[in-house]
Amino acid sequence: MTTLTLHDAVGAALTEEMRRDPRVLVFGEGVATKRHDLVQEFGARRVRNTPLAEGIIAGTAVGAAGTGLRPVIDLLFAPFLCYAMDELVNSAGKLRYVSGGQFSFPLVTLAMTGAGWGIGAQHNHNIEAWFVHSPGLKVVMPSNPEDAKGLLKAAIRDDNPVLFFLDIGLLYQPGEVATGEHVTPLGKAAVLREGGDVTLVSYGKTVHHCLQAADALAGKGIAAEVIDLRSLKPIDDTAILASVTRTGRLVVAHEANRLCGVGAEIAALVAEEAFARLKAPIVRLGGPDAPVASSYPLEQAFVPQADSIAAAAERLCTFQHA
Amino acid sequence: MTHTQHETDPRHLLEQMLLIRAYEEAIVAGSTAGTVPGTCTSVGQEAAAVGVINALGADDLILTNHRSAGHLLARGADPGRLLAEVMGRSDGYCGGKSGSLHISVRELGVILTSTIVGAELSLAPGVALSQTMLGRPGIVVCFFGDGAACEGSFHESLNLAALWNLPILYVCENNQWQAFVHRREATSREHISDWAASYGIPAGTVDGNDVSAVLAAARDAAARVHESGRPFLLETWTYRTRGHFEPDDQSYVDPAEREAWLARDPIAMHRDRLVADGRLTTAEADALDDEVASRIAVAQGFAETSPFPDASELTRDVYA
Repeated sequence: MTTLTLHDAVGAALTEEMRRDPRVLVFGEGVATKRHDLVQEFGARRVRNTPLAEGIIAGTAVGAAGTGLRPVIDLLFAPFLCYAMDELVNSAGKLRYVSGGQFSFPLVTLAMTGAGWGIGAQHNHNIEAWFVHSPGLKVVMPSNPEDAKGLLKAAIRDDNPVLFFLDIGLLYQPGEVATGEHVTPLGKAAVLREGGDVTLVSYGKTVHHCLQAADALAGKGIAAEVIDLRSLKPIDDTAILASVTRTGRLVVAHEANRLCGVGAEIAALVAEEAFARLKAPIVRLGGPDAPVASSYPLEQAFVPQADSIAAAAERLCTFQHA
Repeated sequence: MTHTQHETDPRHLLEQMLLIRAYEEAIVAGSTAGTVPGTCTSVGQEAAAVGVINALGADDLILTNHRSAGHLLARGADPGRLLAEVMGRSDGYCGGKSGSLHISVRELGVILTSTIVGAELSLAPGVALSQTMLGRPGIVVCFFGDGAACEGSFHESLNLAALWNLPILYVCENNQWQAFVHRREATSREHISDWAASYGIPAGTVDGNDVSAVLAAARDAAARVHESGRPFLLETWTYRTRGHFEPDDQSYVDPAEREAWLARDPIAMHRDRLVADGRLTTAEADALDDEVASRIAVAQGFAETSPFPDASELTRDVYA
């Protein structure tokens, strides 16, 4: 094992995959400036700074991916993806299908988002559900450095476009990472804590809030199971249903806006597939229908915290049908 | 590629233009009759497509757009499979999933066709990057209109192509109309080629209705891209004689402008020149008309009898 931040875990995955496959290249705003070690090892042709123009960065990646390269692009902050929506959604997501399968688009788009730096609404906006809703794209958001490395390696090897979101609040937190080759498959959730009374489902930094909530709940005699989705598309239906079938209670928590968020899809999945096993209503915790404020208390109030997750789980455990 | 062996034969250029015209007129008739979905035609722009495509080599890759029939047919696409695609049939080049608007034919090097105006410009640098990084010989040819040149992607694409030394031949088919808006209302300069200078990209404008002139200009432009490894922008000055999307009564078009361009019909101009020069007899020209008409009839028969895709196709090829 070695200790890496999530940012360095991304660098380690890039290094290993660029060594493994000469078709992998990385470009974006400041990529060559920030990841000088990659430039040293792989040269300026495979590690490139770009103009500050997200649309052409993404479009260039799509064109390159469709014709034999395997690009990884860094678009910095998630809201900047709005400038690249045509390239990601209409080109990367659709040109395989409308061409009758003539092309594939193995590309990874990196973007940061989430609370922690007080950078406000135009740098912090958890828009991952937009891409879940768009066909042809895969969506990943890791909660720790180990998964960040393993998932990024899997994303680079995947033949589909992958949106890879990095939680700002986790970016420079150190964590244990296995040394050597390890690839974390896309579409597989991780059960981080087992428990039979209530299921807490989350992704990104909110996973850690769920783990804190589970600790608090344990003190009250409630055994919470914590599931880290890791991939939002494909989503691990099997893991979610297996857990809720046992516990009969579900809290979904994420930092993204609650309205039509990933939590809504999970709630619908459980209502459709495991209704008879539910002992209490499903609870969704997420951001309000509001942009994120820069002010620290407001930014933090946007995010489901451990106490609100624990309170919701406790309510479910004492719920009585009228 | 069959086009290379015919590339200097002016009769071949005429035949290709006639085929494109007949193909699109068949689609217009079908859409009027309700048997074929509406499309964006390129009637009046045949010389611009045929002249450029015949200047290219088999290794060159082509990105086109929603007005693509000319590029596809001149590159050698089968009109039956194209028409089947337009009609949503399983024998279409994309299995009926494209329809008329985003037809790609990878085996002909016509790739990544998007109908989002300007998307072809955003994709072209990446294709050229693959060509250079993977050591492939062909250049990238990107067809777009004056409308697409007003998108930010045009400017971002040219900037990056110049900055990264990408071998792209940008071909702006300036057909004077951006959907339902005349280019005079939408562009700050008379010519799109004027904008290329801002990016240090050499450029030129050619009479897009003169197929011989387009062929010569495109050969020169393609050679420059091959030799320099850098972009070039060629503007073909032409006219969309039909509407934006069939059916379209063109009530917004100045009749005098349209009449003036119809008098410069690229097919009639080329045919008359060949007859006047003694390179083609009237009887031979009429025979070409008949030959093309029978090819289109065969294509229609093929497309109409091609089955619709099975419902199981609905979710195939979403993911690789």
